[in-house]
Amino acid sequence: MSHHKLEFKNVHFTYPDGNKAINDVSFCIRHGESVGIIGSNGAGKSTLLMLMMGIIFASHGEILVGDTHVTKKTLPMIRQRLGMVFQNPDDQLFMTTVYDDVAFGPRNYMMDEEDVAKKVNYALEVVGIPHLKDRAPFRLSGGEKRSVSIATVLSMQPDILIMDEPTSSLDPKSRRKVIDLLKSFEHTKIITSHDLDMVYEVCNRVIVLKDGRVMADGAAEEILVNGELLEECGLEIPLSLKSCPKCGSTIKRVKECHIENL
Amino acid sequence: MPDIMNSLYNIRLLDSLARKETPVHRMHPLVKVLVTLIFLIFVVSFDRYEVIRLMPFFLYPVIIFMLSDIPAIPFLKRIMLAMPFVIGIGILNPLFDKHILLINGVAISRGWVSFFSILIKSVLTIAAGILLIATTGMDKLAAALRMLKIPKILVLQLLLTYRYISILMEEVARTIRAYLLRAPMQKGIHRSAWGSLAGQLLIRTYDRGQRVYHAMCLRGFSGEYNTGDNARLNIKDYVYLLCWALFFVVAKIYNIPLIIESILAGVIR
Repeated sequence: MSHHKLEFKNVHFTYPDGNKAINDVSFCIRHGESVGIIGSNGAGKSTLLMLMMGIIFASHGEILVGDTHVTKKTLPMIRQRLGMVFQNPDDQLFMTTVYDDVAFGPRNYMMDEEDVAKKVNYALEVVGIPHLKDRAPFRLSGGEKRSVSIATVLSMQPDILIMDEPTSSLDPKSRRKVIDLLKSFEHTKIITSHDLDMVYEVCNRVIVLKDGRVMADGAAEEILVNGELLEECGLEIPLSLKSCPKCGSTIKRVKECHIENL
Repeated sequence: MPDIMNSLYNIRLLDSLARKETPVHRMHPLVKVLVTLIFLIFVVSFDRYEVIRLMPFFLYPVIIFMLSDIPAIPFLKRIMLAMPFVIGIGILNPLFDKHILLINGVAISRGWVSFFSILIKSVLTIAAGILLIATTGMDKLAAALRMLKIPKILVLQLLLTYRYISILMEEVARTIRAYLLRAPMQKGIHRSAWGSLAGQLLIRTYDRGQRVYHAMCLRGFSGEYNTGDNARLNIKDYVYLLCWALFFVVAKIYNIPLIIESILAGVIR
C-alpha cells in the first residue's frame, strides 16, 4: 500500500525571520504505523506538521505523500488524504452546530447531501458523540470539543491522521477516552505531544526532534526508556516507564510488587 | 466584565432561535431575504410626515413574530438597544421644525411628526432585520445572499465576522481580566495601557484568524461556503413572496387607515 506512505527527504525550512526551524530532516512513515513526534518546545514539531499539510513549503528537499509531491497544485488531493486535528479545538470548530462542522469538509468536496449525512453520522458514531449532533460547538466541554474536532477530520475519511497535542488540557477521564479512541483507529497516525505516557500507549514508533534535527528514530519501547537521550532533548522518561523508587521495578509492575510485599 | 461574557451568550440567542421549526422558519431563505428587502424599501420610501400611512406596515413584523414563536422579551430588548441612537438622530426635529400640521383637525408640530416617523421607521426596519436573522440563521442567510449574486468575498466577510465576534470577545474578556487582577485599585483600564492592549488584541486575533483559516483550508475550503441547503423554491415560497409584495404595494398606493376610517364612519352613520 505505497499510497499511504509519507516521506520527508532532506527537508529544510527557514522562517522569514531567519529562524532555521527544520534542518535536514528525513524519514519515511508507512501504512498503518503510528508515529509519535516528540521534542521540547521550539524543537520544530509544529513546523513539521505544517510542512506535511502544505500550510508552508520546504526551502529545500522533498515531501511526498504516497508518490505525490506536496506542492500548491497537489494540495486539494493531499489534504483529502491527510486529516489534521489542531491543538486548540476552537481553531477548528466554527459552524453553528456540531453537525454542520463535521459536514464542512465533505461539503467542500461537493458531495451530495445524502452522502454528506452518511459520512457525518459515521464520524460521529465512531467518536461516540451522535447525541451532540445538534449542539452548538462553543457550548461544549473541552473533552467534547476535542471529540468533535476529531470527528470533523474523520468525516473526510483520510488515510493518515495527524494530531497536534491531542491530549493537551484534557481532564484525566477525557484524556483516557481520547487515548482509547486513538488506539482503536487503524489509520496511519502521526502524533506530536509532550504527553509521553500517551505516546508510549498509542505509538509504536517515535521520532525525537531537537533544534529542527532528527535526534533519534526507532521503536517507542527503546527510545522512551533511553533517559540520556531524552534528557539531552529536553524531555524525560514517561512516568509509566520510570522505575519504582522502592523496589526498582517499573510502575507498571509496582502495584503487583507492593501488593505482594503487603 | 460579566457584561462581556453575558453578551457573548446573548449573541448566540439568534442562532438557537433560527433552529426552530415553524412555518416561517421553513420558508426558503431567499424568499425571506427578498420580502425583508422589499419591506425595507417600502418603509423608508414614505415621506417624513406620513406617519399614519406607515401603520399598516406593522402587520408584517407582528404576523411574522406571532408565527415564528420567538420569545417577546429578548426580541423587544434588541429593538430597544437601537433606540438611544434613533432618538439621538430625531430629537432635534421638534426644536427646529415648529410649523403646525393639521391631522384630522388636530394641530401638531411638524417636528414631532417627523420625529415619530423616524421612530416608527426604525422600529419597523430593525424588527424586520431581527426577525429575518432569527427565523433564517446566518448560514442560510449567507446562502441566500449568494443566490442573489452578492460577491462571495462580501458574504464571507459577513459570515466570518459574525462567527468570530465571540472569539474576539473572549480574547478581550481574558485580557481585561488579567489586567484588572494586577491593577486592583483601578477602575477600568488606564489610558496608558490602551494602545498596547489594542495592539495586542489586533495581533492575537490576526494570529487566531490565520490558524482558523488554515484549519478551513485543510478541510478543502476554497472560498465557497457550502451550507448544504440548496432546496429549490416551491409554490408555497412564491405565494408567500407574492402576497407580501402585493400587500406592501397596496399599503403604499392606498391610504389604508383612511379607508378603514371612512368605512367605519359609514357603518356608524
